[in-house]
Amino acid sequence: MVSLPLRSQHAPEIGGADITFAPPARPSLLGSEAELRVALGGLSGVDAVGANARVAALGTRSLKQGTKRALLDLAISMIDLTTLEGMDTPGKVRSLCTKALRPDPSDPSVPHVAAVCVYPDLVEMARNFLGDAPVAVASVATAFPSGRASLNVKLADVREAVAAGANEIDMVIDRGAFLTGKLGLVYDEIVAVKEACGSAHLKVILETGELVTLDNVRRASWLSMLAGADFIKTSTGKVPVAATPPVVLVMLEAVRDFAEETGVVVGVKAAGGIRSAKDALKYLVLVNETAGSAWLTPDLYRFGASSLLNDLLMQRAKQRDGHYVRSDRFSGD
Amino acid sequence: MSELQHQTWSRLNDLEYAPAPESRDIVSIRPNYGLFIDGQFTDPGSHQGFQTINPATEAPLATVALGSAADVSRAVISARRAYDQVWSQMPGKERAKYLFRIARLIQERSRELAVVETLDNGKPIRESRDVDVPLAAAHFFYYAGWADKLEHAGFGAQPRPLGVAGQIIPWNFPLLMAAWKLAPALAAGNTCVLKPAETTPLSALILAEILQQAEIPPGVVNIVTGDGSTGAALVSHPGVDKIAFTGSTEIGRRIQRELAPSGTHVTLELGGKGANIIFEDAPLDQAIEGIIDGIFFNQGHVCCAGSRLLVQESIADEVQRRLVRRIEQLRVGDPMDKNTDVGAINSAEQLSRIHELVDAGVAEGASRYSTTCTLPDKGFWFAPTVFTEVSQTHRIAREEIFGPVLSVLTFRTPEEAVAKANNTTYGLACGVWSEKGSRTLWVAERLRAGVIWSNTYNKFDPTSPFGGVRESGFGREGGRHGLEAYLNV
Repeated sequence: MVSLPLRSQHAPEIGGADITFAPPARPSLLGSEAELRVALGGLSGVDAVGANARVAALGTRSLKQGTKRALLDLAISMIDLTTLEGMDTPGKVRSLCTKALRPDPSDPSVPHVAAVCVYPDLVEMARNFLGDAPVAVASVATAFPSGRASLNVKLADVREAVAAGANEIDMVIDRGAFLTGKLGLVYDEIVAVKEACGSAHLKVILETGELVTLDNVRRASWLSMLAGADFIKTSTGKVPVAATPPVVLVMLEAVRDFAEETGVVVGVKAAGGIRSAKDALKYLVLVNETAGSAWLTPDLYRFGASSLLNDLLMQRAKQRDGHYVRSDRFSGD
Repeated sequence: MSELQHQTWSRLNDLEYAPAPESRDIVSIRPNYGLFIDGQFTDPGSHQGFQTINPATEAPLATVALGSAADVSRAVISARRAYDQVWSQMPGKERAKYLFRIARLIQERSRELAVVETLDNGKPIRESRDVDVPLAAAHFFYYAGWADKLEHAGFGAQPRPLGVAGQIIPWNFPLLMAAWKLAPALAAGNTCVLKPAETTPLSALILAEILQQAEIPPGVVNIVTGDGSTGAALVSHPGVDKIAFTGSTEIGRRIQRELAPSGTHVTLELGGKGANIIFEDAPLDQAIEGIIDGIFFNQGHVCCAGSRLLVQESIADEVQRRLVRRIEQLRVGDPMDKNTDVGAINSAEQLSRIHELVDAGVAEGASRYSTTCTLPDKGFWFAPTVFTEVSQTHRIAREEIFGPVLSVLTFRTPEEAVAKANNTTYGLACGVWSEKGSRTLWVAERLRAGVIWSNTYNKFDPTSPFGGVRESGFGREGGRHGLEAYLNV
């Protein structure tokens, strides 16, 4: 008998009488946490140096004349005009809605924005102010911005906002769970929120400033899309690092690849920190040259911003009149 | 592998950017140029002249002097006198001051230089503005720093310059190649006779104006424009101590043969057929950009171009699909437009060479995909092209095309990738794309090439040596190593 140098104390003797080899059940990863890990781990990595270089190169695109005018208007129509402060009041929401409908009262050719974005308790008020106008009401929900609440609380948050008339729900993912590898938890939560949304569109906020690496951004994007997101969104605007061009580049690559793989077209929302028209146009170039022209519509690309709108109006007036006007010409909010 | 097709449901080039042309008016090109010898421009009327044209429009730009053997001789004598009497006697830190001054002047006149380069060469203004000119200035800055530190460069306690350097540069990066040649030579204490390429002499002549502005002593740099005969006269001139040549392997071989019996030092930077190796674990989006930069940067007129794409078979279809989508996105056209990605082919001669090899590729059975972009009527143009189903035996996999033409080959294992990458007579540059560092290092150790890029391509820096092995030449330019070519070590 050959003695094998096995470390196990209970090494079965080869040929022993009481050993039977039952055919094991065919192993399956489907529906398990491991399935997500394998699927997302199989995504190609992102080389941050290369991503930054690509963004820098596209940042040198020169937009002039008709293209510039068209993109300024497009950018206005893509804005989710946002107020997310503890001190929000009915008065503030009213002026936000007024501005959303008619950003520049002196120029009726300015398009309205895509949506106003408020906290859930102000949704009804916003809907009333907006009436039947084609401006959507978006509401952050799921214990925005930290997301640190139980699933039941988050779902109640979502249901209330939807019941109050929200057309779009901006949820936050559980970054803690994502960073500890509990991808299934993040996934299940998105699925549950999506269900609670009913017919409302779901935007999933990745909070990329807390995910930090571009590899994480790509995985979180795919995770959200697999779970049913209608939009993936960069940030809450409540942490120091919000939308950056490399992050948006990676998210645009993700929606493009997801659409090619599955046929499901998901939108992207860059939120936080975008204040100048110049930056907004750079993002639109990024959209055009990464995901393509199909995404150049408010249905598939949004800016979450507040002060950006006035700069777009100012640049628009400059294009129209050939000179700048003072910023007081545009209403503060 | 299926035939390449472009999908159109979300196009990446739908949005028309309005033209954003750089202004031609900021540069004044003289109608005639003489030679720059002994600190002065010679009278253009005293030379036979030839026209240099804008390859994007075929419009003439200027008439340039055709340097004769006698002109070359005068330039070499002037350089010798400057070497004996001024430059070799001058302390390094004084030489450095001139180099710093040249660098600053290049920066000050960068917009003008970029425009001239684009007009004369056909390359997009974006590249001349963001790559050629800033890098040229950076080379002068970098070597200015070495001029008073030569004893610390690792070539002995008192390394001596060689003397008079004859420098022959190509047309693909006219100003940048002039900087690569002049900066280390001058820092090391040599004087120079520079012969710009026949089709792209103008930026070197603007550089001559800059040298005058910098008040560099007469004769330290002489610039003799002309054609092949001018270069040949420089190579065979007995007063030249060193020939530095960048250009085709064929001419390089001729130079080496001619100079072999003489004591003249030689460095050669010649052709290449770089392999860009994409492993299945590569960062794919960046790899696609790297492939594009590798072959379509400067219309593929790059000796280190990644003209052979080696892609692992497991991802070959996906890479090719993405590649087609990406090349359809390239904006081909007016080089002066700031949004142009791919400009004009430098000359009719080069264009016919590209056509010949592409035709050979089709005839030998490779599958050709060219972008559907419309090319301008005037000028020399070639649509970005990708060949799939390429075999190692095809001419397009072996010969340097020097144009916007990529040959795609596949491999299955790292060993096969290395074997295919090395199966060339050249050895200038390769790229390796993988997120796995150990694999990159394993492959890089086995590649026979002077430059290996990891997860990037066509990146240049004055601190980094550049040069080839085997039929890509010998000698290094850039970095500490670049000094060795101009020191008696």
